[in-house]
Amino acid sequence: MIEILLDPFRYDFMIRSLITAFASGAMLSLLGPFTINRNMGFMADAMAHATLPIIAVGVFLGFSISELGVPAAILIAIFLGLIIKNTNVGEDTAIGIIFSSFFALGFVLISLLNVTVNLEDLLFGQILAVNISDVYIVVSLLILVILVTVIYFKQLLFYSFDPIGAEVKGLNTTFLNYLFLILLSIAIVGSLQTVGIILVLSMLIIPAAAAKLVTETFTVSIGVSVLFGTISSITGLYLSYFLNLPSGPSMSLVATTIFVFAFLSKKIREKGSLATVTVS
Amino acid sequence: MDTKEVNSASTPLIISDGCCVHFGNIPALESVNFSINKGKKVAVVGPNGGGKSTLFNVLAGLIPLTEGSLTIEGKSPSEVKGKVSYVPQKDLINWNFPLSVKQVVEMGLTTRNSFALFSRNKVNEKIKKALEDVGLLEKINKSIKNLSGGQLQRVLIARALAQDSEILLLDEAFSAVDIGAQEDIMQLIDNINLDGKTILIATHDVNNLEEKFDEVLCLNKHCCAYGDPAEVLTPEVIEEMYGSHNSLLNNKAHFNNEGSSND
Repeated sequence: MIEILLDPFRYDFMIRSLITAFASGAMLSLLGPFTINRNMGFMADAMAHATLPIIAVGVFLGFSISELGVPAAILIAIFLGLIIKNTNVGEDTAIGIIFSSFFALGFVLISLLNVTVNLEDLLFGQILAVNISDVYIVVSLLILVILVTVIYFKQLLFYSFDPIGAEVKGLNTTFLNYLFLILLSIAIVGSLQTVGIILVLSMLIIPAAAAKLVTETFTVSIGVSVLFGTISSITGLYLSYFLNLPSGPSMSLVATTIFVFAFLSKKIREKGSLATVTVS
Repeated sequence: MDTKEVNSASTPLIISDGCCVHFGNIPALESVNFSINKGKKVAVVGPNGGGKSTLFNVLAGLIPLTEGSLTIEGKSPSEVKGKVSYVPQKDLINWNFPLSVKQVVEMGLTTRNSFALFSRNKVNEKIKKALEDVGLLEKINKSIKNLSGGQLQRVLIARALAQDSEILLLDEAFSAVDIGAQEDIMQLIDNINLDGKTILIATHDVNNLEEKFDEVLCLNKHCCAYGDPAEVLTPEVIEEMYGSHNSLLNNKAHFNNEGSSND
């Protein structure tokens, strides 16, 4: 068993991939509980899709996707935040417009600029292609996301739970709003090589949703979400290695399997407690 | 009540002088005048869209005035944010978050500075004291998902108490809770008021206000009346607020009351 687990470590590219998978899984699932409880899944999906034109221009100018991470994330977060705040068409509608138009713009730019990117890798991830510089960048982004989340945890929680109460208390709610959007955007852009534009949402949402089903409090749900997220990404990578499957979809499907087990476990516990009440 | 208490009770704490708020071209508050003394318990009544929540938002420093002035101890609300604590309408809170009662109350002690050095023991003491005051200390580690509507309201009041501010604003504190829970909340508010805090409560219930409150502020975009509920809640004022729905006021004594409005 140990030999099987250690087998991928014979290859440098697999060590790099495992570290990147762990960092992406942890980063996304750390922010997942905030995202699902604030009903921001659609916003996160729009952020992922809005990266395409930035990637097209960035790659055209000679940058790698990882190098584009932080500036792209800040640009997307501020732009999305401003558009949603200043349009009166409704948040969902504004996100929908940005989502589709940016994705379309990305494809047009890739074609116009003759950018050589593998679209399948961009959409579904290609973790095996990460180089050592990508690993450093993704791990740095993970440390940044953890540090900022820990420092601002109480303020972010207050703002997410009761934005008006937080503002009355004197918290800078505009700062907290953009801070969370930037963190989310960093986690998404930093994970694009791991799971791709389309599947990044699964690693953000599914571990957090599964954790919510099996925990009672928000703080514990964050820890369990990170556990589920990292298990999903590492196990998915192992499956991809041994069964020759695409890595991004494998991670996503492991996360879904964990969610199904969490869902069934909750149903069984509920049935059990109902039966206890009926008998007593 | 000793002399000192009488003096503090007669000091104007909140003064609204021609306070106006417009959202674009739509007026939400028009030339509202009133003056609330320290330690008063004030009901703010009026129809939906009458400006109750807007006034609370102004008092909380969330919305700027279009015209006029509103001061708390002579300063604008945005300058004295620590003096006001706000219990918003329950539907403005994101109940998706599975928080513990302790976490919600601790929000009242959260500051802008993440690096502020608070003694953990001091924070815990304040949380426990606030929960003791609202009678929910035994629920401190429970999830808010398992609380009733009345208990949730009390947790939010505990959060406001933990802030230790002078003015407490409760927006629709009695909505979506049963009559028993309403009585409990009113009892709790009476106890808080005894500590000298000034309390403003937006409510839809205009009955028996004279038994529960020192003063009533009647709003329908403008100030229809302000003063002692027994004197100002006349059929004319009720009609000015709600139209010809005098049956809203069950206490027939009011219909014989010829007291005039203080508007």
